[in-house]
Amino acid sequence: MRLFARKRGDAGPLDYAGRWSLRSWVAVVLVFQYLPLASLVLFSFNNSKRTIRWEGFTFDWYGRLASDDALIGAFANSLTIAAISTVFSVLLGTMAAIALWRFRFPGKGVFDGVITLPIVIPEICMGVAMLVFFGTVAPWPRDLVWPLDLGAITIAHITFSFPFVTVVVRARLASFNREMEEAARDLGASELRAMRDVLLPHLRPALIAGALLAFASSLDDFVITFFTAGPNTVTFPVKIYSMVRFSVTPEVNAASTVLMAITIALTLVGMKMQGTDIASTESP
Amino acid sequence: MTTARGISGGSRAAFWTVFAIPAVWMLAFFVVPLSIIWAYSFGRTLGLTEVVVTGTPDNYARVFDPVYLYIFAKSLVFAGATTAICLIIGFPYALVMTFASTRAKILLLLAIMLPFWTNLLVRTYALMAVMRTEGWVNEAFGVIGLGPFEMLHTNFAVVTGLVYVHLPFIVLPLFSTLDRLDRSLIEASLDLGAGHLRTIFQVVIPVVWPGILSAVLLCFIPALGSYLTPDLLGGPDSQMIASVIERQFKRANDWPFGAALSFMLMYLTLAAMAWRALAERRAAVRDLR
Amino acid sequence: MLIRFENVTKRFGSFIAVDNVSLDIAVGEFFSLLGPSGCGKTTLLRMLAGLETPSAGRILIDGVDMAGVPPNRRPVNMVFQSYAVFPHMTVADNVAYGLKIDRVPRAERDSRVAEALALVKLDDFAHRRPDQLSGGQRQRVALARALVKRPKVLLLDEPLSALDAKLRDAMRGELAAIQREVGVTFVMVTHDQDEALAMASRCALMNRGTLQQVASPGDLYEFPANRFVADFIGTINLFEATLAVDETDHAIVRTPALDAPVYLGHGVTGATGAQVWVGIRPEKITMTPADAPRPAGPAAMPHANRTPGTIMTSAYLGAVTLYDIHTSGGTLIKVTAPNGTRSASPALPAGTQVWLHWEPDAPVMLLA
Repeated sequence: MRLFARKRGDAGPLDYAGRWSLRSWVAVVLVFQYLPLASLVLFSFNNSKRTIRWEGFTFDWYGRLASDDALIGAFANSLTIAAISTVFSVLLGTMAAIALWRFRFPGKGVFDGVITLPIVIPEICMGVAMLVFFGTVAPWPRDLVWPLDLGAITIAHITFSFPFVTVVVRARLASFNREMEEAARDLGASELRAMRDVLLPHLRPALIAGALLAFASSLDDFVITFFTAGPNTVTFPVKIYSMVRFSVTPEVNAASTVLMAITIALTLVGMKMQGTDIASTESP
Repeated sequence: MTTARGISGGSRAAFWTVFAIPAVWMLAFFVVPLSIIWAYSFGRTLGLTEVVVTGTPDNYARVFDPVYLYIFAKSLVFAGATTAICLIIGFPYALVMTFASTRAKILLLLAIMLPFWTNLLVRTYALMAVMRTEGWVNEAFGVIGLGPFEMLHTNFAVVTGLVYVHLPFIVLPLFSTLDRLDRSLIEASLDLGAGHLRTIFQVVIPVVWPGILSAVLLCFIPALGSYLTPDLLGGPDSQMIASVIERQFKRANDWPFGAALSFMLMYLTLAAMAWRALAERRAAVRDLR
Repeated sequence: MLIRFENVTKRFGSFIAVDNVSLDIAVGEFFSLLGPSGCGKTTLLRMLAGLETPSAGRILIDGVDMAGVPPNRRPVNMVFQSYAVFPHMTVADNVAYGLKIDRVPRAERDSRVAEALALVKLDDFAHRRPDQLSGGQRQRVALARALVKRPKVLLLDEPLSALDAKLRDAMRGELAAIQREVGVTFVMVTHDQDEALAMASRCALMNRGTLQQVASPGDLYEFPANRFVADFIGTINLFEATLAVDETDHAIVRTPALDAPVYLGHGVTGATGAQVWVGIRPEKITMTPADAPRPAGPAAMPHANRTPGTIMTSAYLGAVTLYDIHTSGGTLIKVTAPNGTRSASPALPAGTQVWLHWEPDAPVMLLA
């Protein structure tokens, strides 16, 4: 809280950040948001089966994670799905954004609406749609080799991730100066070449933000995966879910901590890579 | 470079290059699956996973059975309470963020973004651990001679969990709308004799009202469709719609009824969005006049 | 004194926005705070309104120390630069807002709102919403909203800067007329010297947080306190010079920029031999053709206050023509010549040889 410390003496009336009442409000909000997470991390290092009293420091629970083949498998599945889904989401999302930004075409309104739907409709609705689709209508082949057996989940993830990329990229496109592309055309570039040489560099920050968003939302997803996953295609969140249902254990704490560490690292890397405009692209 | 089919803005080749793949993808993996569910909602089960689409409205009629109406009502109440609490908690936070120094602003933003990006399951689990009968909170109550309270697996736990999870959803859009507010409006109100509370209620809130509505919706919609939070934190009596839908598909194997339920949920969501669009249009029309 | 600033300083972090300013403003004045952007004038105004708190010093209004008095309890009201008209209220509601807060009874409130709207000629707009008004009308709303509270002081932050040129000229006269009519003390911040000179009864010119000079518009122009003031207000030719003679009734200054000495028709304060600056405004220099009789200097010193030169460039500005003239001393001097008659070729061509001369009371000597 030192941060907001400013000499109270000459603060103006709009200095809400300097008011004690509001500052303590913020402090309470942050404690509410972070205390459970902090205690989760803390007890993943606790040398006891019980997760309430501190009995000393240990890495044991992480060791157990490492030797739990099912968990490691789920973890590998999650990262693989997230990676593939990110690549496809960025590609599809960027294409859709350019189509919507650049062209007028019959049915544009419908396309625009359909592409925003996955962002707004409840996850459960999309989950059951995927369950029915990949379960009975177009069953994903059962016994494919890894990682092809993850196909159904990956396709579902791409479907709900790439509209996020479209939103982010489209916001960035709005600030593109069309004359730059026209200049490239004037200098002899073909239409596609001009897009590649001038438009894509402009989109870089949005592509990074979109990729992070796609990766994080794939890694984060439980509900849709839960409905799409088969018995042999379990992801990390689905695996943790099955553990959580039993009880609160230090192993789950450790697994959650690993997942959190990945998210935090991703967020920080993203913020570093493009300042703070993740935030502005984040809120629709 | 307009072509006959009414595509304008560039060449046809360029258009199809960027349009075809996302469009086909959306059609195959989103529009078709949803349409199937929609069709199923007018069908009936024949066997374990077999469904015939008969065009019957029975499934929708069943949604209006008091048992399910009660669950819908409860879901709306949970989501509404969550949104209201998030708004009350989040508004002062967003206000502080708006008026903080640049450095503090970035840190406060980061502080609210990190939970937002953290796995939903992890966050819900963290809350479980804290709220258990043998958890931290009860330990703290024990110290002052109270409790232990049975908090987990209650409606209280569900709403707390929903607030915990959805707080960032409301703070971020509130911040972006407050940040755009012309500060001299606040100063003018103070200058004309109003106190801070009066200024907030009579000037700030009315002026940023459209932004507040957006923020409310961005919190309400996901809260309404929550599955994980009521499932893990709630008791037998705190089921929300999503849990019922899940049961129809995974356990009861009544897909047509589950499909009808999920479309009812979807209609509620779309109605909420239409309401916002309408409010926005009204504001836009007012601005034009 | 109605308003008194006593050694007021305002720091933002390590930046000093206002540096030890002391200033008195009397009842009924139309006082203007003038200066380039970032000079601290707006901060000074905002401290008076209570929107900023001084880091040091005191501000008194009507003898009452304003320290700790929040903006909503001060007997001042402000017209904001962006007008800050509440977009969700009608014009009448905007004007009535402050009165409602003061719990003025309904009947009185209505009549005062009507009166204020009449004052700013918005009677017919009472039920309009701000987004249906032009910029000039919004400003009138802001003005009525502040004046209706009958403040002891009305603060105006760059009131005309957002208006287009024609409207600005009209509003200048109108603001001054309203001030005379209501008799309230006005304190106005502006970066536009024309605005300050035309409207204000007294001006404070600021630079880098400090007061440079507090004077009437005429004195600011004709008797600048230092080079900054002389240079900021209007145009001036400034030369580094040495004070050669200083008597009670005259002074003589020599500058390498001009061939001839500069003779001032009054004594100055300064030690003989001191480094000084001498300034002459373009309109105070007379230009005659080189082939006309050589102009005579002051009787006491005929060769002073005149120099030959060559026209380098000219700019025809309608009412006057502005010349850049290269003197034999090797400097450029700006001279304006009034266009008293219509002429097909109002400007003399470049290369024309001319004589420049000026009266003993035209130049001003500056110590700093």
